[in-house]
Amino acid sequence: MTAASDIPVLPRGVRLHPDRVRGLTVLLAPERVLTIDATGAAILSRVDGRRSIGEIAADLARAYAAPAEVIAPDVIDFLQDLAEKRMVDLRHG
Amino acid sequence: MADPPLALLAELTHRCPLACPYCSNPTELVAKGAELDTATWARLFREAADLGVLQLHLSGGEPAARHDLADLVRAAREAGLYTNLITSGIGLTGARLAALEAAGLDHVQLSVQGVTAEVSDRIGGYRGGFERKMQVAAEIARLGLPLTLNAVMHRDNLDDLPATIDLAERLGARRIEVACVQFQGWALVNRARLQPTPAQVERAKAVVRAAQERLRGRLVIDFVPPDYHSDYPKPCMNGWGSTGLNIAPDGTVLPCHAAQTIPGLSFENATVTPLARIWHEGAAFNAFRGTGWMPEPCRSCARREIDFGGCRCQAMAILGDARAPDPVCRKTQGRAALDALLAAEAGHEGAFVYRRA
Ligand code: SF4
Ligand code: SF4
Repeated sequence: MTAASDIPVLPRGVRLHPDRVRGLTVLLAPERVLTIDATGAAILSRVDGRRSIGEIAADLARAYAAPAEVIAPDVIDFLQDLAEKRMVDLRHG
Repeated sequence: MADPPLALLAELTHRCPLACPYCSNPTELVAKGAELDTATWARLFREAADLGVLQLHLSGGEPAARHDLADLVRAAREAGLYTNLITSGIGLTGARLAALEAAGLDHVQLSVQGVTAEVSDRIGGYRGGFERKMQVAAEIARLGLPLTLNAVMHRDNLDDLPATIDLAERLGARRIEVACVQFQGWALVNRARLQPTPAQVERAKAVVRAAQERLRGRLVIDFVPPDYHSDYPKPCMNGWGSTGLNIAPDGTVLPCHAAQTIPGLSFENATVTPLARIWHEGAAFNAFRGTGWMPEPCRSCARREIDFGGCRCQAMAILGDARAPDPVCRKTQGRAALDALLAAEAGHEGAFVYRRA
């Protein structure tokens, strides 16, 4: 189960990459290329191995002037999905 | 204009210390003297990145047979490519792996031919290979390089699938590719000997389903089913000329690694023609691109953008016609030929034909 206190981190071998030919942001991982939309990029740019999911959601709420309780479930879903694909590691905080 | 490719498979060399009877390399192997040099590969990596390639697979043969492997990895990373090494592990040492890591290697895909030395070394045709692979896996773990275990499965090792998945976990792999043998190259020569039984296939599917559930979030399990036992063909290359391309050791650019088995196609060489031109305008790449080339029943089939009519090389190998729908498809007449083959070859007990130069 993914909790707001979990701390996400991009494991080695997974990196955000500016796809200059297609003008997209992609997440590159073993045998995987995932197109990341603006929301995803906003989340992943805050994944630094220090901040928890809750802190990231709070920061996004401030940046986009939206209620944190609305944003937090989306952030959890997004990161949990990536964690199941082993494109994000979650440390239980 | 076609969409740009995502992936490039660079067959750096066809040389390999192993002799797997399931090897997908062509039966006519490219000799060492014809291999591209370091600077040419580096230029092709830049051309590929400019064309839109994001992921590079350094493959072979055994890429570690190239002494300039670390230089090639560095060149690939400088070109901006995600760089994956597909290796049997033979020829890699702790020092070489550290050099590859320093050069920026993103990921290693290590093959095993079995889960015991007895099976692995018999199938690879290389004594002591399994022990070396386990040492290489330990070095990879020590460096913290992300690892995928690659297991090509067939009649002789498919029953060891649970142990194979356990091995991936034990080695700290993040992902395992359970790839049932695809019958191209040397594997086609050995088809009757390698073909799993229907009962083996059913058990394997159940094992994969249960393991995927049990290991969710720990180990990613990618399963390539044995397509002769499927109802519909695999989406070969995700559609011809749509997603990926191969460069052979001598610079020949191929839509898939077996494309040279199709008579009448002509292939260009990247030392002569720019990669972008080959991708967009090359006759071989346009021969089966999209859906325009399709015969019936593919042309009016709801799955035409799902499996793209399957594998052209398989249609060639079994039906002698690269334009026919893949004979795996149960909606096509060709399926009868495939079923006849399966029946005729069932239980074949001959010896392996090992890959050799
Ligand atoms: S399949 Fe076996 S023989 Fe072929 S390149 Fe790989 S390790 Fe070498
Ligand atoms: S008819 Fe052609 S497109 Fe349809 S499922 Fe069969 S092979 Fe695929």
